[in-house]
Amino acid sequence: MSHGLVTMSYIVAAILFILSLSGLSNQETARRGNYYGMIGMAIAIIATTLSGYVIAYQILIIGLLIGGAIGLYAARQVEMTQMPELVAIMHSLVGMAAVLVGYANFLDTTHSLVGVEKTIHDVESYIGIFIGAVTFSGSVIAFGKLSGKINGKPLLLPARHGFNLVLLIVTFVLGYYFLHHYPSENPFLTQTIGLPANETGAFLALLAMTLIALILGVHMVMAIGGADMPVVVSMLNSYSGWAAAATGFMLSNDLLIITGALVGSSGAILSYIMCRAMNRHFISVIAGGFGTGSGNGPAAEIEGEVTPISAEETAQLLRDAKNIVIIPGYGMAVAQAQHTVNEITKLLRGQGKTVRFGIHPVAGRMPGHMNVLLAEAKVPYDIVFEMDEINEDFPKVDVSVVIGANDIVNPSAMTDPNSPIAGMPVLECWNSQTTIVMKRSMASGYAGVGNPLFVMDNTRMLFGDANDTLQTVLKTLNQ
Amino acid sequence: MKIGIPKEIHDGEKRVATTPEAAEQIIKLGFSVAIECGAGLAADISDDAYREAGVEVIDDVKTLWRQSDLILKVRAPERHPELAMDETELLAEGGHLISFIWPAQNPDLLKKLAAKNTTCLAMDSIPRISRAQKMDALSSMANIAGYRAIIEAAQYFGRFFTGQITAAGKIPPAKVLVIGAGVAGLAAIGAAKSMGAIVRAFDTRPEVKEQIESMDAEFLMLDFKEEGSGTGGYAKTMSKEFIEAEMALFARQALTVDIIVTTALIPGKPAPELITIGMVKCMKPGSVIVDLAAEQGGNCALTEKDKVVVKHGVTIIGYSNLPSRLANQSSQLYATNIRHLLTELCPDKNGELVVNMDDEVIRGATVIKEGKITWPPPPPTLTVAHTPQTEAPAAAGVPDKSKKPQATRLLPLILGALALFGLGSVAPASFTPHFTVFVLSCFIGYQVIWNVSASLHTPLMSVTNAISGIIVLGALLEISAPSRIVEILAGLAILIASINIVGGFLVTRRMLEMFRK
Repeated sequence: MSHGLVTMSYIVAAILFILSLSGLSNQETARRGNYYGMIGMAIAIIATTLSGYVIAYQILIIGLLIGGAIGLYAARQVEMTQMPELVAIMHSLVGMAAVLVGYANFLDTTHSLVGVEKTIHDVESYIGIFIGAVTFSGSVIAFGKLSGKINGKPLLLPARHGFNLVLLIVTFVLGYYFLHHYPSENPFLTQTIGLPANETGAFLALLAMTLIALILGVHMVMAIGGADMPVVVSMLNSYSGWAAAATGFMLSNDLLIITGALVGSSGAILSYIMCRAMNRHFISVIAGGFGTGSGNGPAAEIEGEVTPISAEETAQLLRDAKNIVIIPGYGMAVAQAQHTVNEITKLLRGQGKTVRFGIHPVAGRMPGHMNVLLAEAKVPYDIVFEMDEINEDFPKVDVSVVIGANDIVNPSAMTDPNSPIAGMPVLECWNSQTTIVMKRSMASGYAGVGNPLFVMDNTRMLFGDANDTLQTVLKTLNQ
Repeated sequence: MKIGIPKEIHDGEKRVATTPEAAEQIIKLGFSVAIECGAGLAADISDDAYREAGVEVIDDVKTLWRQSDLILKVRAPERHPELAMDETELLAEGGHLISFIWPAQNPDLLKKLAAKNTTCLAMDSIPRISRAQKMDALSSMANIAGYRAIIEAAQYFGRFFTGQITAAGKIPPAKVLVIGAGVAGLAAIGAAKSMGAIVRAFDTRPEVKEQIESMDAEFLMLDFKEEGSGTGGYAKTMSKEFIEAEMALFARQALTVDIIVTTALIPGKPAPELITIGMVKCMKPGSVIVDLAAEQGGNCALTEKDKVVVKHGVTIIGYSNLPSRLANQSSQLYATNIRHLLTELCPDKNGELVVNMDDEVIRGATVIKEGKITWPPPPPTLTVAHTPQTEAPAAAGVPDKSKKPQATRLLPLILGALALFGLGSVAPASFTPHFTVFVLSCFIGYQVIWNVSASLHTPLMSVTNAISGIIVLGALLEISAPSRIVEILAGLAILIASINIVGGFLVTRRMLEMFRK
C-alpha cells in the first residue's frame, strides 16, 4: 500500500473515531457510534499492516489472536457492577503498551535522526514512557482499590507533596542525562541487547525514570480516597490518551496523535465534570486527602434522633405515594440491588404511579456507573434523570427513596459553609414529603461527614442490606 | 414481662390502648400481651383479630389486672362502674402503668398510685422534642381532633363547604376561621381546605405563620408586637393589650365567617375565653363553632362540655373527646405511640422495662418511679432544630467565581501564548504539522465530549479505552525491526493493546445493548 493510501485510510479512521465519540451524545446513536469505532480501528490496523513497514506477520497474528481472545473473554465475563475495575485495568494496559512501544522505539537502531530533530524525538519518547508508566502503575492501584484488594482509604504520607516534587525533579535530572547521551561502560548492555556504546548511559537513565514514574503513579492513586474514584478513573483515562498521543509524536504518526488527543481531552473533560459535581478543585483531588484545609471552622455537629422504619411500612408508604423518586448510590451497586429496584419500579409504574430516578454525577465509583447498572436491570432510560433535571421537582414528590447513598444527598453541603463538602451540588430529596434512606448502618459516607438528612422530621431510616430489604418491600407490595 | 390492656371504662370512651398490629410489634420486643375481652369492639377491632396477632384474650377484668406487670390504657385510672372499685386498687402492688394521667389536674390520683409503689408513665407528659415525636400521643390525638372538628362542623352546617356555580345558582364557599394553629389547628385547616372552604387562621406565635401559609390558608396578622411562644413549642399567656387587639380581630372576623374552630390552650391553665357572647350574637344564623378546648372550660363563653347547643342561632359543639369519635383511627395512632415508647423503654428487646431516668424523654414521661412522685420533670431543653437558621453564612462561604480579577483570568491565555511562541521558535519544521494536528484534535475532542450525555459516561470511558488501543499502531511500526528484543517488546505491546481494542469495544456494545427505552 502506498504512503498516500495509508494516509487516506488514517484520515477515514480518524473521522470514524470522532463520529464514534459524537455518537455517544444520546442513547439512540450510541450503538452506531460504537460500530464506527470498530470500523475505524479495523481500517487503521489493516492499513498499517499493509503499509510495507510490517514483515513479521507471525508475531503480529499471534499477538492479535491471544490479546483478542483475552479481551473477548473479559468483555463477556465482567459483571456490570465491576465495570469500574475493568475500565481501570484496561487503562493500565494502554499505559503498559505505551511503555513497551517507547522502549522498542528506543532500542530500534534503524532510525537515523540528528540535531534538533533527534532531541525532540528523544523528548517525545521520554515523555511517552513517563506518562505510560504513571498510567500503568496508577491504574493498577486504582483497580486494586475498586475491587477491594487494596484499602480504599487514602494513604497520606507525612510529606507527600514534597515526595511527589522530589520524584518530578529527579525525572527532570534523569531527562537531562538521557538527552545528553553520556556514554558508560556497560558490556552487558552492549552485548546482549545490542545497544551502541554511546546509548547505554541514556538507557540506564530511561530505566531509572521508568521506575520513578511507576512509584509516582502508585503514590498518587494511593493518596486518593474511595469517593474520589470517579475523578481518578477519568483522569487515568485522560492519561492513557496523552500517552498514546506522545507515542504518536515519537513515531510521527498523525492517527495516533489524533486519537490520543481525542481520548486525552475526553478524560480531561470527564475529570472536570466529576470535580465540578463534587465542587472540588482538580488539583486538590489529585494531591489527595479529603477535606484538608477547606472551610474555616469546625463543621456543625449533627444532633437529633433518627426515625427507623420497617420494610413493610416502606411498602405502605410507596403504595400511598403517587410521585416517587429513587436515588441510587454506591450501596445499590454493592448489594447488587438494581434488579430488585427494577421489579419494584415496574410494579409501581403498573399501578399508575410516577417513578423516576435521580442520578448524581458522582454516584458510584465511575462516571455514569448508576446509569449502566439501571440499564442492566432494564430500567427504561427515559425515567432516569440527571440531578439538574430533577432537583426542582422534589417539592412535588411524595416519597424519595435513597438507596445506599450519603454524601450526594447531604443538605449540609448547602447550609453549612464549614462542611468539607460545602458547595457541592446535591440531590435535594429532603424537599419531598417523605424521604426513606436505606443504609446498612449509621456510618458516615466516604467524606466522613455527618448527614443532617438522617435526623430530619420527614426522613425515615430503613436499615439493612439494600437488596434484602428491597426484596421484603417487593414481597409486601405484591401481597 | 406481661402486658395487660383493659377495656376503657370512661363514659363514651371508644378507644383502646393497643391494636393487633402494634401488639405484634410489642410481642417482638419480648413481651407477652393480654387484653380484656371486647376491649377493642368499640374501635371496630374484634377479639379474634387480637388472637391472630398472638394476644391472649381474658374474660375476667380482675385476673387481667392481677396477672399483668404493665397496664396500657388510654384514660387515666378511675372508678370502675361494674366492679365498684377504683382501677388504682386493681393495679398490682409495684406494677407499671402507661396511659394519659394529666398529673397537674389529678394530684390525688398521683398520690394513690404512688401509695401502691407503682411506676407510672404519662403519655401526656412526654416532652415535645423532635426525637420524641413518634411517641407524642398528644399530637397524634390533636391531629384527629382537628380533622374531626371540621367533620362535626360540616354535619351541623347547613351548606356546602366548597363554592360552586350550578344551573340552580351560585354557591359561595364556606369561610372557616381556625384559632390556634397547633397540631389540631393545622389538621383542621387541612381538612377544611380539602373540602373546599376558604380558611383563615390565627395564632399568637408568629413562627407558625409559615406553617399556616404552607397549608394554603390565610394567616391573620395582628398589628401588635409580642412573642407568644413559650417553652416546648406551646403558647403562653399574653399581655392585656395584646388580648384586646386580638379580641377586636375576632369580633371583626365573627361578622363574616361561617365556622369557627377554636383550639387555644395554655398548658396547666383554664382555656382563655376568646369568643364572647357578643361575638356569637353577631355571627350569621346557621354558623357553627367547634370548641376543642371544651375540656378546659372552652374558648367560647357559651360552650357546654360534651354537648351540642344552639345559642342565638349558632350551633356550638363542645365535644371534649373528639379522638374517641374516630375510635379506630385514634386507637391505631395511640397504639403506635405507645409501641414506640415501649421500644425506647426496652432497648435490649428482652421484654424487660428499663426506666432510664437519664433519658430526657423517659424522664419527662415518668410521673411516678417505684412509688416516688417524680412529676414535674425539669423543663425541656429546646433541640437544635428549633433555632432559626440564617442562610447568610452559606452565601458568604461560597466564593463567587465570576468576580475573579481580570488579570488572573487572562493569565492562562498569556502563558499558553508564550509557551506556543517558545515552542515555535525552537521546533524544527517536521514537528509543527504534528503539533497542529494535535492541538486541533484536542479542540475537536473538547467540542465532541461536552455533548455526551451524562448517562453514557461509562460507555464513553470504555469506548475511549478501546480507541486508545490505537497504540497498537506504534507496536506495528516497530515489530519488523531487526533486533530480537524490539520484536518481543512490540509483540507484547500488540497483545496488550488488542486486549484493549477487543475488550473495550465489546463491553461497550454489551452496555449499550442494555440501554433501552
